[in-house]
Amino acid sequence: MKHTLSVLVENKPGALMRITSMFARRGFNIDSLAVGPTERHDVSRITLRVDCEHHSLEQIEKQMHKLVNVLRVQELAPGESVERELALLKVAAPASKRTELMALAEVFGARVADLGPDSIVFELVGSPEEIDSFEELVRPHGLQELGRTGRLGLARATRPQRPRSSQQVMV
Amino acid sequence: MKMNGADAILRCLEAEEVDVMFGLPGGAILPLYDAMARGTTVRHVLARHEQGAGHMAQGYARASGKVGVAVATSGPGATNLVTPIADAWMDSTPLVCITGQVRSFLIGTDAFQECDITGITIPIVKHSWLVQDVGELPEIMKAAFHIARTGRCGPVLVDVPRDVQEAELDFSYPDSISLPGWKPPRRGHARQIAAAAQAVAAAERPILYVGGGVLNAHATDELLTLAESAHLPVVTTLMAKSSFPESHELHVGWPGMHGPKWSNWALNKADLIVAVGARFDDRVTGKVSAFAPGATVVHLDIDAAEISKIRHADIPVVGPLKPVLAELTKELATKKVESRTEPWLRQIADWREQFPLRYRDDGDLLKPQKVLEALQELTAGRGDLVWTTGVGQHQMWAMQYIECNEPRTFITSGGLGTMGYGIPAAVGAKAARPDATVVCIDGDGCFQMTQQELATAVLEELPIIVVIVNNGYLGMVRQWQDMFFDERFSQIHLTQTLPDYAALARAYGGLGFTVENEEELYASLREALASGRTCVIDARVDPREHCFPMIPAGAAALDLVEFPSESEVPAL
Repeated sequence: MKHTLSVLVENKPGALMRITSMFARRGFNIDSLAVGPTERHDVSRITLRVDCEHHSLEQIEKQMHKLVNVLRVQELAPGESVERELALLKVAAPASKRTELMALAEVFGARVADLGPDSIVFELVGSPEEIDSFEELVRPHGLQELGRTGRLGLARATRPQRPRSSQQVMV
Repeated sequence: MKMNGADAILRCLEAEEVDVMFGLPGGAILPLYDAMARGTTVRHVLARHEQGAGHMAQGYARASGKVGVAVATSGPGATNLVTPIADAWMDSTPLVCITGQVRSFLIGTDAFQECDITGITIPIVKHSWLVQDVGELPEIMKAAFHIARTGRCGPVLVDVPRDVQEAELDFSYPDSISLPGWKPPRRGHARQIAAAAQAVAAAERPILYVGGGVLNAHATDELLTLAESAHLPVVTTLMAKSSFPESHELHVGWPGMHGPKWSNWALNKADLIVAVGARFDDRVTGKVSAFAPGATVVHLDIDAAEISKIRHADIPVVGPLKPVLAELTKELATKKVESRTEPWLRQIADWREQFPLRYRDDGDLLKPQKVLEALQELTAGRGDLVWTTGVGQHQMWAMQYIECNEPRTFITSGGLGTMGYGIPAAVGAKAARPDATVVCIDGDGCFQMTQQELATAVLEELPIIVVIVNNGYLGMVRQWQDMFFDERFSQIHLTQTLPDYAALARAYGGLGFTVENEEELYASLREALASGRTCVIDARVDPREHCFPMIPAGAAALDLVEFPSESEVPAL
């Protein structure tokens, strides 16, 4: 089962490496990973997508908690979080196909980031599932290059936060 | 006060009340050694190899209960520390390693003796620092000691570029530091402890399964009180050996791959296992799915990640063992359990009677078990012994035959299984306990991995006695090849006579003995124990002897194999 973890870490050298190394060493796989700043300059947020059983998830959370730079680990439960991803897609676009592609883009709310004589670069922000759909639809037109950020997530504003740190799960 | 980074490191060690450090100098750590020459209250023990320095620091830490300190230069010096760091990580030994690094502006250029030691050690340290600014040094050193010894103990590494050691700072050692991401649990949850007490009170066949965590937690008194007040039998793992008096009637041995049958049966047939700072290691459980099939598990540990990692914990208690054990005892006092465990204790005593440790003392050759029995016999009741071991058959025999009644008197490499651990660990233990007689029970294979530290023992006046259970083979490998690889012996023969270990001991300035029979064995052990000098006793033993009992790899603990009975012994 897939899980999204939102991890707050001190913005220190090697913090990301310590986390990824722990995953590698303990045999857990990371599906996607996004790192960036937060509202605090000394803290970064890492959003991790992992595919594992519940038992492994518990282990992952606890092992991450032991890392000195890790401040908080929270599972973003589906329905209780907002998850977004950014994708850039370069699609073959001969003049004859452009109208169709632009119409598709409009449906998904994708912007044209760049337009060349033979191709278009679309940018799309959305839920990872929306990006999957858009990718499927433009693929037959000739998807030349694709880059995705990996998902970012936050707990919803409309629900009270329910932190799921392993310490709290334990006792 | 103005000083350079190197002097500041020493002031930090002094502030942490470190009395001994173990190391070996080199280019990138020269400023620190220069600072030592200017003066410090911290004794430096000069090892012959950085791995030795690291194991010495481990031996020191394990014998004293304090943090061990190892120092090495950059590059190869630092990589030679990797094995002790990994060992300390597996066995939760508190260790601060200080390594020199090339000058800051050279980092990343593949400079001479440059090596990314913080990167290399990430999977085997609790935390590490590459010091980039001399002003950070005091806080980093404070954090290093704090992290090494709080929560679950373990190794940390501080990598200090040479220019940082030389740069000036205005030194003051901080009283406190902020580590927002480091919050080890301070107490166990009262409701969980109450639930644990309830489970103990309700059990017919409870057992305390004690691991090394109880020593790191300085909780051996609390353990004894708990066991005695509730009449609970105790098995101690290899890492916990000496944490509970082994002459005590409630001590029922050591579980695991080479533990006695009665110990393994007691643990595996229990209806309630109270794991105390133990981690259900595969050497203890055997096949996990068949381990203690009828047992409810109470797991007391400071490390939340150990809970349900291997075996599901029905009642977890995360917290420091000292207060947790005390509270559990208090909680149990309100329930009457004493009389309840009597039939169970009698049952275990019966098994003990029924399945004693056995070996056949026949033929002309000295049996390895005899060496351990002799050591035990000659030191029984002395109370000043600290034992270290290498890794292999001799280590398992040491576990079986040596009786330890005082905490921190059995120091061995459990998790990583580091051959060569014994000699340097003994030197470190002697530095921690100058009053003690430190005996390293070693194998001939192990001895040859770290023998050069005999020079350290002699020159630093840290005398140790090394007893080599010399069977001329990598004995445990031989046993496996014999039992599980159809006797296809492959690359295991070291020979019993090369090197001449006794001559080697003399070459290092110690006393050397070669013994081939019981008489010589006793005579040389007596002489060595009375000598106060570094001694090597080369006990040449029957190379064909296997270590029993044994849980074959992947088998259930209950299916352990005992010493073959008369009818099963193959013709030799």
